[in-house]
Amino acid sequence: MPRPVRYNLSGENNMKLVKEGPEGLEGEGYFATSLDKVVGLARKNSIWPLPFATSCCGIEFMATMGAHYDLARFGSERVGFSPRQCDLLMVMGTIAKKMGPVVKQVYLQMAEPRWVLAMGACACSGGIFDSYSVLQGIDQIIPVDVYIPGCPPRPEAVIDGIMKIQDLVGNESLRRRNGERYKELMASYGIQ
Amino acid sequence: MSTAQHIWTVIGVLFVLLNIAAGLIWVERRLLALWQDRLGPNRAGPLGLLIVLADTLKLFFKEDWIPPFASKAIFVVAPAIVAGTVLISFVIIPFAPNIVVADLNIGLLFFLAMSSIGVYSIVLGGWASNNKYSLLGALRGASQMIAYEVFMGLSLMGVVMLSGSFNLGAIVEAQRDLWFVVTQPVGFLVFFIAGVAETHRLPFDIPEAESELIAGFHAEYSGMKFGMFFIGEYLGITLISAMTVTLFFGGWLGPSFLPPLVWFILKTFFFIGVFILLRASLPRPRYDQLIEYGWKVLLPLVLANLMITGAVALYLKDS
Repeated sequence: MPRPVRYNLSGENNMKLVKEGPEGLEGEGYFATSLDKVVGLARKNSIWPLPFATSCCGIEFMATMGAHYDLARFGSERVGFSPRQCDLLMVMGTIAKKMGPVVKQVYLQMAEPRWVLAMGACACSGGIFDSYSVLQGIDQIIPVDVYIPGCPPRPEAVIDGIMKIQDLVGNESLRRRNGERYKELMASYGIQ
Repeated sequence: MSTAQHIWTVIGVLFVLLNIAAGLIWVERRLLALWQDRLGPNRAGPLGLLIVLADTLKLFFKEDWIPPFASKAIFVVAPAIVAGTVLISFVIIPFAPNIVVADLNIGLLFFLAMSSIGVYSIVLGGWASNNKYSLLGALRGASQMIAYEVFMGLSLMGVVMLSGSFNLGAIVEAQRDLWFVVTQPVGFLVFFIAGVAETHRLPFDIPEAESELIAGFHAEYSGMKFGMFFIGEYLGITLISAMTVTLFFGGWLGPSFLPPLVWFILKTFFFIGVFILLRASLPRPRYDQLIEYGWKVLLPLVLANLMITGAVALYLKDS
């Protein structure tokens, strides 16, 4: 999308000094596409998960990290417990309403870029706990990138979910986090 | 050595060291996977080698966040201290007969001094984060590293007595007939244990104990600042391995079918492997156990070693 360039920032003279380029040769990310690709490739091969395990899905995650399924193959070996250093918040298990603010707090503490993976029926939609005390899906408080259904999902499903996240991460533009849509999304959750 | 040669040595050593530190990301993960009956990273590039690039690039492009409640200047400086001091320590290590950046006659003392300064990165980093877990980690790190500093220094005095020099080149030369690991087994063991504690690697990673302190002193660090701690840790492993080789395993000495530099690198990588094996096999001790083990077991042991070595050295000198 071509945008007018203004050199006179005080706004007195609104003269356009640069002609708009031909279609397809200008606009967001034209010069940075290769960089986008390289960084996306790097990011997708080094997704450090932050496990937020509240119930049985966490056990399934441990199996995924273990020798048999070995999530480390995808570069997700370093499970960090400091939100600042992790890229992927994995919410696994029932989130009670009292736990909601904690999940949100952890999400806010993570450094950009950050992704969220809701694992298991409870995190996706509340699951069987259709009750007064349980959050009906964590997407009510934080934006979720990938949902893994199942109660609990098998480790294969978790690996599939991680690979879906990898696709997302690999194709994301470096500027997405500054984009209008992203800001709108964040604002709809009352974040910043 | 001419000035140009000197500069090339510095650049070469720096280049190789930083690459080794980055490459250790891959080496450690693959070796840990091997010992834990897993595969380890194998998707990025051949054998997963590009994981090194992926991790580094990702850390560079991660948001570099400074907490508003942190003490900014100190927060920024702390990660640089750890990488800086370890890199400076490599100055005195003789990689091969002529490859040494600065052939100091007090090389050993320089090494000990630099590893003492390295403590500051943990203490300042943890304190400047203004986070209770970071502070606890920093305090633990300070007491652990100061305690193990003492044994590290004392365990090396046996080597100094036998070789009669603080210069690392002279120490290597003194091992031409017999490696010091034969004459100083206790010194070697204590030095290696203290080295693990100095680099706060598992099983002595008390300052960053994940199950108790989240990530300890670097809990608030993100992006490349955390990457500096990461690199500093791997550089520390390389440094302690290189020092072990130099002091106890004959440095660059070896049969002549391989050049000295290759011998040095081979031996160093063997000890890096031992570091990773320790991590793969040992659980973390409790904090008080670690300090008790240091002061009640290692200190008497190393003092006895010192006295016996001194007595034998004196006896051999007289006779």
